[in-house]
Amino acid sequence: MTRAPHQILIIEDEPVIREVLRVLLVREAYRVIEAPTAARAQIEARNHKPDLLIVDLGLPDGDGLDLIRRIRAWSSIPIVVLSARTLEEQKIAALDAGADDFVTKPFSAPELLARVRAGLRRGARAPSGDAPLGFGAVQVDLAVRRTHGAHAEIHLTPVEYRVLESLARRGGMVVPQRVLLREVWGPDRGQDTRGLRVFISSLRAKIEPDPRRPRYLVTETGIGYRLCPDDAADAATAGPSLER
Amino acid sequence: MIEPRPDPDQLLAQVQAEEARARRGRLRIFFGSCAGVGKTFAMLEAARIVRAAGTDVVVGYVEPHGRVETERLLEGMPHIEPVTVRYRGIVRREFDLDGALARRPQIVLVDELAHSNLVGGEPTPRHPKRWQDVEELLEAGINVWTTVNVQHLESLKDLVTQITGVRQRETVPDRVFDEAEEIELIDLPPGDLLARLRAGQVYLADAAATAVDRFFRMPNLMALRELALRRVADRVEAAARALPAARSHARLAGERILVAVGPDAQAEQLVRAGKRIADAFDASWSVVYVETPALLRLSDEQRNRRIDVLRLAESLGAETVTLGGPTAAAAILEYAETRNATRVIVGAPKRKGWHAWFGPSTGGQLARQAQRFDVITVAVDERLAAPATADLRVAENARPIHWRRYGAALATTVACTAVAFSLYPRLDLSNLVMVYLLGVTIAGLRFGRGPSVITAILNVAAFDFFFVPPRFTMAISDAQYLLTFAVMLTVALVIANLTASVRQQTRVAGARERRSVLLYAMSRELAATRGSSSMALVAVRHIAEVFQCHAVVLLPDGHGKLRYPRDAPLDRSFQGADLAVGQWVLDHGRQAGLGTDTLPAAKGLYVPVGDERDRLGVLAVLPSNPRRVLLPEQRHLLETFASQIGLALGRARLAEAAEATLLAAERESLRSTLLASISHDLRTPLAVIQSAASTIAEHGVGVDQQTRTRLARSIETKAGEMAELVSNVLDLMRFESGEVMLRRDWQSVEDLVGAALQRMDVKLARHPLELRLPADLPPVYVDAALTVQIFVNLLDNVAKYTPPGTRVWVSAIRDEGLVRVRVEDDGPGLPPGDPARLFDKFQRGSAEGTIVGVGLGLAICRAIVRAHGGQIDAQRRPEGGARFEFTLSTREVDA
Repeated sequence: MTRAPHQILIIEDEPVIREVLRVLLVREAYRVIEAPTAARAQIEARNHKPDLLIVDLGLPDGDGLDLIRRIRAWSSIPIVVLSARTLEEQKIAALDAGADDFVTKPFSAPELLARVRAGLRRGARAPSGDAPLGFGAVQVDLAVRRTHGAHAEIHLTPVEYRVLESLARRGGMVVPQRVLLREVWGPDRGQDTRGLRVFISSLRAKIEPDPRRPRYLVTETGIGYRLCPDDAADAATAGPSLER
Repeated sequence: MIEPRPDPDQLLAQVQAEEARARRGRLRIFFGSCAGVGKTFAMLEAARIVRAAGTDVVVGYVEPHGRVETERLLEGMPHIEPVTVRYRGIVRREFDLDGALARRPQIVLVDELAHSNLVGGEPTPRHPKRWQDVEELLEAGINVWTTVNVQHLESLKDLVTQITGVRQRETVPDRVFDEAEEIELIDLPPGDLLARLRAGQVYLADAAATAVDRFFRMPNLMALRELALRRVADRVEAAARALPAARSHARLAGERILVAVGPDAQAEQLVRAGKRIADAFDASWSVVYVETPALLRLSDEQRNRRIDVLRLAESLGAETVTLGGPTAAAAILEYAETRNATRVIVGAPKRKGWHAWFGPSTGGQLARQAQRFDVITVAVDERLAAPATADLRVAENARPIHWRRYGAALATTVACTAVAFSLYPRLDLSNLVMVYLLGVTIAGLRFGRGPSVITAILNVAAFDFFFVPPRFTMAISDAQYLLTFAVMLTVALVIANLTASVRQQTRVAGARERRSVLLYAMSRELAATRGSSSMALVAVRHIAEVFQCHAVVLLPDGHGKLRYPRDAPLDRSFQGADLAVGQWVLDHGRQAGLGTDTLPAAKGLYVPVGDERDRLGVLAVLPSNPRRVLLPEQRHLLETFASQIGLALGRARLAEAAEATLLAAERESLRSTLLASISHDLRTPLAVIQSAASTIAEHGVGVDQQTRTRLARSIETKAGEMAELVSNVLDLMRFESGEVMLRRDWQSVEDLVGAALQRMDVKLARHPLELRLPADLPPVYVDAALTVQIFVNLLDNVAKYTPPGTRVWVSAIRDEGLVRVRVEDDGPGLPPGDPARLFDKFQRGSAEGTIVGVGLGLAICRAIVRAHGGQIDAQRRPEGGARFEFTLSTREVDA
């Protein structure tokens, strides 16, 4: 069961935050590499081939968005942005540049760790088709497209499955509306966010215990959605054994 | 003695006029009686002299005509490279206006003021005439020297043509000549000129060569020379007279001349004659055109000629008026008396044939009725009549024939016959005629002239056929019926004519009245509108309706650059208006485009809005029928509309400035309040953080684990509070600076509430919350993140100001075009006082205390709701507790 610990590259110019992140992550048994500048970050990323990047957008020698674009040119490492830029358009810009998720400063430790776990999960199971997703009493098996409720089978439409697949493929990372629309309906439906909302709310009605206060299929306001199955952490660690 | 206090506005205007005059360049004209007297030569010589004295003189354009002396004088003179203009295979070198404007010499020489540019050439010249180029140079403050021959003066055109038999095409308005700073007469005795001509020293264009023999004859040259000398003498005299008192003053007391023109070919000559007479009397003058019912029926070509004539009159300095009236004489008489005209100029009657017998001419009628003015009849030379050349590029449809009306005319006859049939045995034939006459009267009133004439004729035929014995034949038994028919037809025709005239006049009067009503309507609506861009839309709607055109009001941005309106276009908006033309109009404060002197090839007409001091924008119109804006009268109406818009926009600008001042003051006071408030709300948690952190740092070893954790937790919470405060302040600042752009999209209320609850999960953990969202709520069109912020702030208030266990309800109901959302609780309720004041900045439920938030939450809510065009208010629940209610739009709106 013991695997080589995940390597995480922290790109952040503020030493105190770097230190805090290091303490946090090392305690979770990750290996940590640090880079205070964009230039240094590129070298470290190529040398160590880390499993995940935490990137601050405001770096002394360049914009973090550029760095993300550069790294995306050769790698699909999960990237979590950690930034004080809180406006939606800034978040969207980061996602467009190729980031997988973001945490805004000031941040809480549990939130950051959850995002890191989700990111690593995303990296670990790039090809889809795996364990059933658990939403409380509801279990969704994407591989065979079957959904069980507490008492009986629940019927999901093909589109709802596609929505779930698209969200699940990115673990617990945020999926921008645009990406979701493209992956579920193809490139033509570009702007129909209204239609997407209808499917999201019908999905919630089926899988959420209280659809009005969603826990699993979460809205990232103005940006998109993320899917957080409650046993995600277990599934990730238990993943290899189940496969066997 | 009490001095009358000068009106400050008047003083300002005077000072500005003087400044403008001082800034304007000076025009010096080298004036000669005809080609070959040596104007260009004299101009170049003078230029060399001032250049030697150190003045920056540049040759803008001089045609050396291959003459050695001229070329020698040009040598070594700096010059502006001419531009090459192509037009239908012709390549011509033309004066480069923009080059000269960019070069900005002290003096620029531009030969041949009367020259016409190649309109429609490539590149397109800005003005069709060179004198307009020169005007622009003068306006830019550049002095210009130029040359003009006497035959090129507009008002002398007819005289010169009469003398020489050669028609002049290229002319210069007298105004340009009169306003020149200096006229230098280059005089050469005709004998010497002829000698130079024979020696080959005078250049003549090939086309003109054939006319040489006719033109350069001793009597012609003498007459032209006399004309030139007299024109200069007139100018000198006028200048002498203008010296002691303002010219206009003398004019007010003196003569006023009215030139009455018709739609005929002699009108232009009349106008020019009027100009000469007005000049001779030093009088102000008007050109009057009367639109009688008869004239309304003229062909389009003739009506377009009127546009030419009135534009010519304006270019010669006349005021132009179009009057309406039953006859020309009556309208002119009335107008002449109200305006105190001293002389009325009319053309000699040109009636031929039976018209001459039918009644006196307009001139004759005027002469007979005039009491307070003289009538001058001017003989005009028919051979000089020019064909109409109105610059109407859009083909006009012939007036459609209203077949339906002719059908109605036929039906009238049938109806008359039917009525007559029913009455036949009982009534006399002579009384049946009355039925038919009644029919003609009705047809005249309802269907117009043509159909009523048809009715008249048909009625006579029907009467003959159906009633005159022998019946049902066209034959008649008694010859006296011939007289009946003749009288009946005459009476019917007269009735038809008269009633149709009345109808037409009513229509004309109605149209005039409608226009003034429409102007009033626009002013009234503008007065009720706020904001420049909304005003622009209102104006466009009205103008499009009145002038049957597409229109747009272009407004400048902060840097004086015109922009297309950002609002969605109306269907009558003039899309694709040329910003470059608009910018020129804005910068120069003059009209341009269709039917003007500047860029006449442009698609629409561009009229400046606002005055010299405050150029507020440009009104661009694209008429569906160019006559709608080309007629001077219509143009003036358009200008009236433009000035109304100008007034309204000026008012809007003042209001905006006042509001900005108020806002700045408010912001200032906000800043100080904010400082005070923040210093409290920031210092408190900072103090906690600092002391807790230092305790851990310094006494870390001595403090037990539990205390350390507690201290660290309090650092965490206080830091959290500070973060929240900072982001609130930042949000509000963003709103205040107007930086927030709404990113509206369709959202479900449920989704928005869900997102807010997710964020408030921890804080509201001890407040039981109930959602009452009906399943059929329509989606709302809002900015998601900001709307979630409203819920978060309202719920946050509940968390802050109500004790744990307080119940919370979030509910929504649909209403007309919106969703009403309520967030209510059964807590302690609102503080005493006006609940609306809660939404002001830095208001909070409990005045002092440990609750952090600076009272910005509700202010932000209000800012967000208002930015969406909604409303928010706070109420006391009747059953206790607080209730906040706001609206979200379910309609797609542009924001």
